[in-house]
Amino acid sequence: MNPVLSTILKRLGLGIATLFVVSAIIFSSISMLPGDFSEAVLGQAATKDTVAAFRKELGLDKPAPVRYFEWVGSVLQGDLGTSFSGRNASGQDRSRQVVDLVMPRLWNTLFLAGVTALIAVPLALFLGLTAALYRNTAYDRIVNAATLTTISTPEFFVAYILILFLASLWPVFPSLANIDASTALGERLYRVALPALTLTLVIVAHMMRMTRAAIINLLASPYIEMARLKGASQSEIILKHALPNAWAPIATVIAFNLAYLVVGVVVVEVVFVYPGIGQLMVDAVTSRDIPVVQACALIFAATYILLNLTADIIGIVTNPRLLHPR
Amino acid sequence: MSEQPETYAATAEVGAVRKRRTRLERIGLLLKSAPPSAWFGMIVVALYILVAIFADVIAPYGEAQIHPVPFAPWSDEFIFGTDQIGRDVLTRLIYGARNTMGIALATTILSFLIGGGLGLVAAINRSWLDQALSRFVDVLMAIPSLIFALMLLSIFGSTITSLIMIIAVLDSTRVFRLTRSVAVNVAVMDYVEAAKLRGEGLGWIMRREILPNIMPPLVAEFGLRFCFVFLTIAALSFLGVGIQPPTADWGSMVRANASLIQFAKYDITAAITPLLPAAAIALLTVAVNFIVDWFLQKTSGLRE
Repeated sequence: MNPVLSTILKRLGLGIATLFVVSAIIFSSISMLPGDFSEAVLGQAATKDTVAAFRKELGLDKPAPVRYFEWVGSVLQGDLGTSFSGRNASGQDRSRQVVDLVMPRLWNTLFLAGVTALIAVPLALFLGLTAALYRNTAYDRIVNAATLTTISTPEFFVAYILILFLASLWPVFPSLANIDASTALGERLYRVALPALTLTLVIVAHMMRMTRAAIINLLASPYIEMARLKGASQSEIILKHALPNAWAPIATVIAFNLAYLVVGVVVVEVVFVYPGIGQLMVDAVTSRDIPVVQACALIFAATYILLNLTADIIGIVTNPRLLHPR
Repeated sequence: MSEQPETYAATAEVGAVRKRRTRLERIGLLLKSAPPSAWFGMIVVALYILVAIFADVIAPYGEAQIHPVPFAPWSDEFIFGTDQIGRDVLTRLIYGARNTMGIALATTILSFLIGGGLGLVAAINRSWLDQALSRFVDVLMAIPSLIFALMLLSIFGSTITSLIMIIAVLDSTRVFRLTRSVAVNVAVMDYVEAAKLRGEGLGWIMRREILPNIMPPLVAEFGLRFCFVFLTIAALSFLGVGIQPPTADWGSMVRANASLIQFAKYDITAAITPLLPAAAIALLTVAVNFIVDWFLQKTSGLRE
């Protein structure tokens, strides 16, 4: 069998295994709940019958492994369960399907993350490459200092500073990114400008520093010195000699930061009241709506694992040395 | 006129050169060599610690004392104004230093006890225990820690104890990785082998043979982890699921006063109020990073 293929398959298998264990951890979280939570959900006045029916609906009368496989089965079919909110003591059930809550918001979050990635990735690669090219110059030092500062500041600080200058003092962009399904694309882009800008500032810093470090690491290797000795120009060395070998680390960096975006999105969505999945999760945590929290956690974890998997696979495909494992 | 006999004593010469410095002198010399950025970091951290310790003395009002005017502007009475229910912002900032830093420090120490301890055991043991722990950590690290923390907080509720426990356990995975990877190199050394043959117990080998040799990277990591934990707690509090009121905390202060930013055109000081706690968080993180940078350069010459 082709060694590339087998390495990729091995990595895929590992990724799927991780996903399963993670889903088991997320699932078992519901059984760690204190025993009286049906009362907390249904209210103090809940009758015995309502509580029993509720427990039956959650399947708490069945053993945990059976419940887990039923849960995984229904998740794979796109059924994420029913939200805890909207229930009351008399057994009346106005709760909504978790899927209906999550799906529209998931698209919004993916839209925001996509816009950010489209701006941030090329910008970070450009800054990282040029900083490596002109390293130890004033340009390099300024870019470095600026990125170190944005790395050490919390996302909401960056967000509020942007709001202060771009929405409050000089109202260029709206400070609330409230969009719905009917918002047109142009309007949407205008409204997500500030959240996307915040996320860009946060992840460009990471990506740029790691790109720069990856390139500079390579520049120390003997074959680059050889190229230099034979008289290749600086930009030729970076673009023709260093970059092909740097794709694997750079792909890792990009995927790692897109994964980081998944987390950063939570705080930024709350700041800008953006109707995304991160805000949904925070609201659900506050009201302890466990099925929604589980669904969101599962989606975030799956995205995170998939992105890291993609990075590894790109690393395997682009790096010839990994094709011949010893 | 007494003649000095020309004698030579090796001990005298060695003694003359090797003037033993006291610990204080050595620390003084070390500090003298610190670059300005490290100095800046150390002064900031020292100030924060002083404020945190003497919060009761410095703060003009009580931590949860409510004044009649909510959102009061900056004045002599309330230097940074009051918040949404009329608590003095400066007072909350000062107490926030104590609460936020105290909780972050407790969490970091706990995560180092768990992660460092297990990492050392895994590095010495290298058996199924090492495998089991390492795979378990791999899985935990496959979930973004903020998401995991949110999920666990929704289950255990947002008390300070559960906050410390949850973040410490999640963070200990990183500490475990680092401790294990540096300790593995030391654990194969001859003197560790000798200690094992001597019949020393696991505790002795961990504390006396390995730990002193892996201290520098661990200390640097402690600083970075502290920053990370600090930012995580601030983010959680900002989201409203971390430290709960009436306990003063910087993250939730930002959120509570955020609406003031829209009045920037009429009163710039009002708009700055919610940014003060955020700036306090950022300043501390930058300061600790500066110190860690200098420390890393000092101990190993390795950077980035």
